[in-house]
Amino acid sequence: MTTVTAPAVPAELAAPRKPPRFALARRTVMTPILLSLLIVVIACLTVMTGSRPFNQAVIDVFVRVTLVVGLYIFIGNSGVLSFGHIGFTCLGAYAAAWLTISPMMKKSSLPGLPGWLLETKLPYWESAIFAALFAGVAALIFGKVLMRLSGIAASIATFAVLAMINTIYSNWENVTGATSSVVGIPIVRVIWPYVIAAVVSIFIAWAHAISRAGLALRAARDEPTAAAASGIDIPKERLVAFTISGAVMGLGGAMMAHSIGVVTPDTFYLGLTFITLSMLVVGGMSSLSGAVIGVVLLSALIQALRWLEAGVPIGSDVFALPKGLQEIALGVIMIVILALRPAGLIGNREITLFRRNRNQ
Amino acid sequence: MLQIIFDSLSLGSLYALGALGIALIFGVMRLVNFAHGDIIAFCIFALLWPSTDAMAIVFAGNLPWFLLIPLVLAVGAGLSVLCEIVVFRHFRRANPATMMIASFALGFVIRYFLLMLYTSRPKSISLLPMLSQPVEIFGARLPLLQLITIVSTVLILIGLSLFLRRTRFGLEMRAAAENFSMARMLGVRANRVIMGAFALSGALAGAIAMIFGSQTGTADIQMGASIMLMAFIATVIGGLGSLAGAVLAGFLLGAASVVMQVVLPVDARPFRDAFVYGAVILILLFRPQGLIAARGTKERV
Repeated sequence: MTTVTAPAVPAELAAPRKPPRFALARRTVMTPILLSLLIVVIACLTVMTGSRPFNQAVIDVFVRVTLVVGLYIFIGNSGVLSFGHIGFTCLGAYAAAWLTISPMMKKSSLPGLPGWLLETKLPYWESAIFAALFAGVAALIFGKVLMRLSGIAASIATFAVLAMINTIYSNWENVTGATSSVVGIPIVRVIWPYVIAAVVSIFIAWAHAISRAGLALRAARDEPTAAAASGIDIPKERLVAFTISGAVMGLGGAMMAHSIGVVTPDTFYLGLTFITLSMLVVGGMSSLSGAVIGVVLLSALIQALRWLEAGVPIGSDVFALPKGLQEIALGVIMIVILALRPAGLIGNREITLFRRNRNQ
Repeated sequence: MLQIIFDSLSLGSLYALGALGIALIFGVMRLVNFAHGDIIAFCIFALLWPSTDAMAIVFAGNLPWFLLIPLVLAVGAGLSVLCEIVVFRHFRRANPATMMIASFALGFVIRYFLLMLYTSRPKSISLLPMLSQPVEIFGARLPLLQLITIVSTVLILIGLSLFLRRTRFGLEMRAAAENFSMARMLGVRANRVIMGAFALSGALAGAIAMIFGSQTGTADIQMGASIMLMAFIATVIGGLGSLAGAVLAGFLLGAASVVMQVVLPVDARPFRDAFVYGAVILILLFRPQGLIAARGTKERV
């Protein structure tokens, strides 16, 4: 996917012949379709089993797919590791909470909200859209300042953003309920809204990746000097990706709020940051397929280890891992995967049906 | 006033030592070691006997101080070198993001290993109890510990800079930090230098563990993380790979935290950290290479 522009350059040099419209889109569209099919198939299987805990586990997976795809939009295309994106998830989750908790409860638990917000109660899907917009605007504002930085300075600056958002939300007593949990968010137990959120985010990521901004940004990731010399405004392209990915993270936050019904600032801090980043890196940092497959595989692994920890009957005995070994095993497996495949499981390839771009 | 200075110096000492531990490894390996905080936690727990009670069963902690201190330092150095041999050696050629996530995964393993043995409850310990009596200096009442923290940090810093400037090993290490491949070509042994950096960084983690453990009187799995976050930031705003910058930025951050606690109006005090992080972003905007840019990390075209 990264080299799809390569044939375009000599063609343009030889003659100003334009490639047919949507050629790039047609060539790459199989990737998001296949990934969405994967999501839908998992959802269908889950509905068929009809088990409630399994349903909830799969909903968690889809929420994480949304989050990790959001991370990919910025990190994968720009090559800048961001620790701050979970901050936008936090903004989205609280925005969803503000919009959907019933006015009666809000008046008592979050009295500091402005009057019009206290009166509103939206259905969850409207609130999710507003949450995404809110997080996107916040990302635009922060990005405006941060996108001038690059490399590790940018990573730490985004981390500072996360820490700032966390500090503010953990202390702003009458608007966010400080560190105590905000309860009363309507819980959505049906799996389909989460499927839609994940699929929408996958298609947004794909559309951005093949857009002018996405191509320019990947060029800047691979050859910053050459890209800048060719007239690419790197901070601007980064800002575009940062805003879009901030909005997707906000959407993921809203979905997360509706899947568990409770939000606290610490849900959206280092733990979630690292687990989502790990999923992205293990899958393959600069590949959309890697982002989705990383989430699905690591989540399956976590689930399998939990299941082993709970105990599996083998014959007449029950085989169970000791408590705590689940996390240790997860860490060890991650290290082994990264040591064997430093670029992630998928590397920077994408899943497609055709073997057209083999020259990667 | 004097109180503020000493508070910020002793907090800054912790950050500076933490930042130094990260900068040492970053210098030779371009690895941002997220496991450092968990190595700190491991050092303090190494003094306790594994148990799930709230009251810690002190095991090695009862040793006299002249045995205790080398023991903790050795535990830190040993664990750190072990991490290098078992894990990071396989990541020499990986890109920084992969190494970062690998180090995080390693920290995760260490943390849950401790959790398995000791549970997540913080344990109260009294490490070197004679240090908590107050002393009076220039009219300010200070805990003796604060004074010792500052003095020992200064001693460590002097010792380390002598080591880096006056010994052959230190010279090799500085050469490796500046240009690793060039240093190797000139006969510096890569593995030895990297292991040395890990050992030093681990010993620094042990020092932080002792200071922090005796300051708070508890052993907590989470204790490394809180220092490490600030230490990371200090390493970056000091100029990644620059040891002097890391120390300077560590003290600056300590001072900023303490001063803001005093200066900010009462309503804004809970938001203190938000202001500190805001200041960090400002510094990065004006000096993206850090306060003291290390020569080896400059981007070449």
